[in-house]
Formats: sequence, C-alpha cells, structure tokens
Amino acid sequence: MYTEKVMEHFKNPRNVGEIPDADGVGTVGNPVCGDLMTIYIKVKDNRLVDIKFKTFGCGSAIATSSMITELAKGRTLEEGLKITRANVADELGGLPAVKMHCSNLAADALHAAIEDYYKKHGKKGGS
Amino acid sequence: MLLSEQTLSVPKRVYMDHAAGRPVEPRAIEEMLPYFKSSYGNPSSLHVFGQEAKRAVEEARSRVAALINAEKKESIIFTSGATESNNLAIKGMVNRNKDRGTRILTSSVEHMSVVNPCKFLTTKGFEAVFLPVDKCGFLNLESLRKELTDKTVLVSVVYANSEIGTIEPIKEISKVVHDKNVYLHVDATAACGQIPIDVKNEGIDLLTISSNDLYGPRGVGALYVKDGVRLEPLLHGGGQERGLRSGTENVAGIVGFGKAAEIAKKEMQTESARLTKLRDRFIDGLLKPIPYSFLNGHPTTRLPDNVSVRYNFIEGESMLLSLDMKGVYASSGSACTAKTLEPSHVLLAIGLKHEEAHGSLMFTLGRQNTEEDVDYAASLMPDIVKRLRNMSPLTPKELRM
Repeated sequence: MYTEKVMEHFKNPRNVGEIPDADGVGTVGNPVCGDLMTIYIKVKDNRLVDIKFKTFGCGSAIATSSMITELAKGRTLEEGLKITRANVADELGGLPAVKMHCSNLAADALHAAIEDYYKKHGKKGGS
Repeated sequence: MLLSEQTLSVPKRVYMDHAAGRPVEPRAIEEMLPYFKSSYGNPSSLHVFGQEAKRAVEEARSRVAALINAEKKESIIFTSGATESNNLAIKGMVNRNKDRGTRILTSSVEHMSVVNPCKFLTTKGFEAVFLPVDKCGFLNLESLRKELTDKTVLVSVVYANSEIGTIEPIKEISKVVHDKNVYLHVDATAACGQIPIDVKNEGIDLLTISSNDLYGPRGVGALYVKDGVRLEPLLHGGGQERGLRSGTENVAGIVGFGKAAEIAKKEMQTESARLTKLRDRFIDGLLKPIPYSFLNGHPTTRLPDNVSVRYNFIEGESMLLSLDMKGVYASSGSACTAKTLEPSHVLLAIGLKHEEAHGSLMFTLGRQNTEEDVDYAASLMPDIVKRLRNMSPLTPKELRM
C-alpha cells in the first residue's frame, strides 16, 4: 500500500529527535486521531540550519515527518512556508488516499514551527 | 507470482492474522474438487447429477449441525458467509416479527455486520440499543435486564469477540432473554470451531457460523435457525434453503465447509489445548520484557487463538509495518489500517482511550503456528517498541534511550 520511498523513510527516518534550544517549535495533530507531530527548528540568518521531529503515528505520518525535514533543511523561512502537503506527498511518490488528510500533517507542523519562530523573534524585514 | 509467494528478503514468514483469513484445510479442498470437475449438477435437478450434488449438500448440512449440536440438520441454512448470516438473522427476524416488537438489543462490541444492520433498521422504524460491556468486554447483564422491555423482539450478542477474544456468558444471557420471551441471535463467527457450542443446551435461537473461520473455503457460511423461529428471507427466488435463502447452492463450497466442520469437531479439544498454551506463552513473551504494555480482554475467558495487546505511546500501524518487515503478519486496532479513521469501536467500548486503542496489536494464531513462531514474533517487539517510542513525542523521559 505504500511506495518504496515511504517505506525507506519509515525504516530510516531522517532527523529524528528534539532540539533542546530550538528557535521554533510546532506541534500539530492529536493522539486521539492517531497522529501527533512536533517539529523543532534552528534558524540562522533567516535559514533553517537544523530541523528535527518527533512523531506518534502510522507509517505515513513518520515518513512525511522525515521527508519534510529533508525538504526544509537549508531553506529560507519563506521557502519553508511555501512547502505544501502536496509537495511532501509527491516527494514520497504519493500516499494512499485515506492517508492524504490524516497523516500528511508534516507541512503544517513545519509552518507552525516557523510561525512560532516569528512570534518569538519577530519577522525580520521580509529578508 | 503472488506477492505472498515471493521470498523477498524476509528470512522467516509467520502468519498470525487468522481472524482476517485462514488457509483452507487441505482435506476440505480434497473433498471439494469433484464438485467443481465432475459432479457439477444442480441440487434441485431430478437426475443423477442433481441428486449427487443434493446428497453432498445434505451430508455437509449434517456435519455443520453436529458441530453445534443442532436438533436436526434442517435447522442449518447455508448462506454466503457470516455477514449474510448476521443480516438474515437480524433483518429477517425483525421484519417477520414486527408484531412482537420493534426494539433490538445488541452489545457495543459486535462485528460491523451486526452493528450496521441494526443501525440501518433504525431508519426503518426500529429501535436499536447498544448495551455496554465491562473493561474485559463482558456484556453488562444488569443493563440487558433493564433494557429488555416488552417492545424488544431480538437480542443479538457475539459468542466470542474476534478482536479481543472475550467469550460471553451465552447461557446466562440466554436465560435473561428467554425469561422475557425474546429471541436470541448469537454471532459465533470467531468462536465456532474453537470452543464447544451447543445451541440446545445454551438456548440459542439463531447462530451465525462462518466457513473460513473453521478452515473451510470463503464465500460460505450458515445460519442456525431453531425449529419454530420464523424469518423473512433477504433473497427471493427459487426457494432453496427452505425458502430462506434462494439461489443455487454453492455445492463445492458447502462440501468444503462441511468437511471443515467435521474436522473442527474431531480435533477441537487437542487443537484448542495446544493453542491455549501457545497463546499464553506468546502473551507472556510480548508483555513481560516491555514496560507500559497490556493485555486487551480477559486473561483466561478468551478464545484460544486470540492475542490482543497494546503498547503505550506508539501507534499500531507503525508496529505492524515493522513486524511485516521481519516477516510477521498481524492486525492492529488502529484506524490507520482500516477504511475508517476511527480506532476500533470494540477497544473504545472496553474503555480504552483513543491513543491506547491506536496502540493495539492483534495476533490470531492458527493450526500451522508453532512455539518457534510465537517466540520469534515476541523477540522482535522490544526493538520495535523501543525504536518507535524513541520517535514519539508522547514517550515519557524515563523510557527514552
């Protein structure tokens, strides 16, 4: 039911963990629904220099979390905000239809982490 | 080549999802073959081909009747499987006996083929009440007594739960129900063939049996209908199966079902004792080495094949995928493996929180499973649980490594 790419990320997820002194943290989902993700970001010169995740959820929840960290790392905050749920699913070679809504929250978690960063540090002159 | 026949890179293959599907018993297949190839007559035909097919169907009927100690073979109505049997029992009963009442009582841990007919009937002027169960899944007899009003026409209860294995006190339930002069339907899909069932002694009016759950072919099942109980058919046509199930009989399927029932009856005692021992060894192996792990259901009043456990802080499908990569095939109580997004209603009914239900795994053992199989599967869990807990934001600090 999953693509090889999804299974590869499930088996070897990238950037698992927490960043204790993160500049921004975003949590989305709910254990009641079976999916909960937290994304931690480290920002330097408006760039996502480090990013880690923690996820409770099914195979696609873990794979999408892993994929978003790969897609976002090294990007500017503005670029990070432009990564969509569809981008994540496409990069994984697609997700089963039933998973598209419930377990494809990684982009939302990244956006929440960036918003958290803006809230704490202010948005810097559109750079 | 079928996916399941490919060797892949998996060193070992251990199938532990028998509630979802069982291999067909080779001795049953052997008996079925002539009814595909040479004895292809229609049991309704007068000639020798027809009579030969009819004899085979009636022989199978006797074997299925013997398995549940039915008063006579004619009490067995062959259907296309447990879903049809449950639908025929419930819809057939209430539609035929409206004059006796319009209220249906059932439990909150039934299979969807009981839940959904009951829900459907509420759109047709009937009332359905889903009775509570305790934390092991036993029906609350007090609320059964309370809800059994004069308007009640049918009570439908599962014999033993396919997800958590809990065996209901059917004889007690039957007494309560019959004291009120109400009919009792029992869904014995998971139980039949594993534990002894005696419809006469236990006082059952309608009983659902599935062929594949006793290692017969799929696409066949039966409904036991006690003498004198009247039903309205779901299918109208040529009037086969005493008019209760029109349609040319699935002769080969029925023959295989009959043979499987005969074998189940003969081997039940030995096989159930063997499975119970395996089950308990497996439960120990799954739970003892891992903190925050629990058994779902009752430790002893449970089906010999059922092992349902849960691990806190992680989700079932990710455990299933991890097991699958190591060649162990099971099921989960999680939404993520089903077509719906809700976790299993059975696990919620026994009082589990959503996240606990999501973290459940269900193994159902079968005839080919060995001690080596259960030891192998149990040995995989500590690493799987550790890896997923290390990824989970719900895991408490002291468990992280």
